[in-house]
Amino acid sequence: MSARENILARIRTNSGKQGATTEQELVAARAVITARTRGPLPTFARHEPIAHFIEECDRLKTTLAEVHSLQDVPAEIARYLLVENLEKKLVGWAEFSALNWTGARIEFINRAANANDLVGLTGCFCAIGETGTLLLLGALATPKVTALLPETHICVVKKSRIVPTMEDAFQLMRDEIGEPPRATFFVSGPSRTADIEQTIVIGAHGPYRVHVVLIP
Amino acid sequence: MQVQSMFFKESASKKLNDAVLQKAMKKAKSKFVDGRAASVATIDNWEDIRTHAAALRDRVIANLDAYLIEFEKNAIRRGSVVHWAETAEEANAIIVEIARKNAVKTVTKSKSMVSEEISLNDALEAAGVKVLETDLGEYILQLAKEPPSHIVAPAVHKSKEQVAALFVAHHHKPLLTDISAMTREAREELRAHFLAADMGISGANFVIAETGTTLTVTNEGNADMVTTIPRIHCVITGIEKVIPTLEDFATLIRLLPRSAIGQSIANYLTLTTGVKQANEQEGPEQMHIVLVDAGRTKLLGDDMQSMLRCIRCGACMNHCPVYQNVGGHAYGWVYPGPMGSVLTPTYVGIENAGDLPNAATFCGECQVVCPVKIPLPDLMRKLREKQFDLHLRPFSERFAIQVWAFFVKRPVLYSFASRMGARLAAWMGGREKLIHKLPGIDGWTDGRDMPAPEGKTFKELYRKKYASRKTNP
Repeated sequence: MSARENILARIRTNSGKQGATTEQELVAARAVITARTRGPLPTFARHEPIAHFIEECDRLKTTLAEVHSLQDVPAEIARYLLVENLEKKLVGWAEFSALNWTGARIEFINRAANANDLVGLTGCFCAIGETGTLLLLGALATPKVTALLPETHICVVKKSRIVPTMEDAFQLMRDEIGEPPRATFFVSGPSRTADIEQTIVIGAHGPYRVHVVLIP
Repeated sequence: MQVQSMFFKESASKKLNDAVLQKAMKKAKSKFVDGRAASVATIDNWEDIRTHAAALRDRVIANLDAYLIEFEKNAIRRGSVVHWAETAEEANAIIVEIARKNAVKTVTKSKSMVSEEISLNDALEAAGVKVLETDLGEYILQLAKEPPSHIVAPAVHKSKEQVAALFVAHHHKPLLTDISAMTREAREELRAHFLAADMGISGANFVIAETGTTLTVTNEGNADMVTTIPRIHCVITGIEKVIPTLEDFATLIRLLPRSAIGQSIANYLTLTTGVKQANEQEGPEQMHIVLVDAGRTKLLGDDMQSMLRCIRCGACMNHCPVYQNVGGHAYGWVYPGPMGSVLTPTYVGIENAGDLPNAATFCGECQVVCPVKIPLPDLMRKLREKQFDLHLRPFSERFAIQVWAFFVKRPVLYSFASRMGARLAAWMGGREKLIHKLPGIDGWTDGRDMPAPEGKTFKELYRKKYASRKTNP
């Protein structure tokens, strides 16, 4: 017998069940899965997702700016790069290629980031109010490394895409694209560690800075 | 990992006299305990969420075979290869074989406690594969050649001076004193390895039956590197980690980082499902998932079954007065604290666990803070009973318990003996009302005085009070 059969058999025997897993038991498990029962939600999380998102970003040390339209994003990023004393060069997702970057005196390159790139620009599938979290779904046009390798991650978030809870984010994903793609990635603020003397240090292996630009 | 739990007493005494450790543990205690309390207070229905989480874990454990079969089916459908390992040796052999078949020379690894259980790094190194731990705490311990002393903060026992000295010895750079600078140096050292590794190995906090997804929770972002950049990704995890749906994950993630480190959310929640798609420019070409038993099925149908709910937050150890004083290494295996006192005897054998089930004051705090309501004190009590039944406790302890049992079964004799005992103890306490030395259990009085009783038993006092009430209604 294979290890698989032995383990499954031991599970059954020790749980006091006879024979192999029955079709009925599998159907019952699948029914639990397709029911997708939600657990209890904290009261605060159910309302005002945008206000919570802004508040939680602040707690996570994610900086945030709001502009009137997608067209205003390059100017805001130029301001941010100047304040943070960062180079005016961005590697970003294709959805931002058509913006007027030269007008903002920023060099924009549409490709996946590598370890030498200092600033990465991404969008997100949606964001979560309860925890100030960004949900990124990896695909050809939306590579995950751009949010991971550069020291600074800038993310454009549509206010209309801020949902109250993670449960809502998963439901939106099922409704719009079906199953989770290979890389489904929740980001909540810059990377951090407290592994030396429990002292929190911002900037472990991922970005040192996460900056959100809110658009309508 | 080699079990050393039988030496708990000796090891604990040594740790109590280790000044560096004592300082580290004091600092950690306040951060973990206060941090959790503040973070839990932001949720108005914490108890409802705990109850829901415990029930959903119980439902999976009661039908573990069905959920594992569903998980396997969906993982395969999405392009992953699912392996099953009955023992530590089998798990190591599977991963070594994956490495060999694919000519893997270097591995970057994000933290996995299952891999510590089975000593995976040693097995890979023996096969000529270079393994690099990338969680900062685990990396420090790999340099120090030490096992973790905490499941969430593995290097909690190290001082920054010790870390700085290790970095000088291994990075050959000037001595650092600032923790941020040390973290940056480690980041720079590890970056090149992340980019060049042939294979990434990660654990999984959960695996999701609905989608065939494996999932890691980190703050550093190292698991994201490990699961995204190398051409092969291998996940190693215990069979009990399966949960039915993404919604169940959403519930559990409200509990896990708050219980572990007092954060409302961990910085990175990394869900990986299958392999690089034709239209992608990143991601592994092969995805292997190794489901490990190594003792877990022994808990099913046993009175330890509720331990399988555990989501590995570490709150039980953070709040344990024994752990807070002796640290994790004294426990002698991978899992310290109350959860370790239950898992070590059940996974590696009660005969190897020595005093672990007794390493508790039964204050009950571990059960109070457990996000999935595991009745840890009850489980430890049951393990004590098992040890007694199996004649694993020392003769003196058995004898003492038998003497006590003799008296307690004879109420008149018991009441007489306790009256005598109370008076004797009061006399021994003298004017200070403190007993400095108790014959027979002087180990206990070596480190502290026992407050002497007043000289009368509760029964005597109660009877007196009751009698006076009767006469003066």
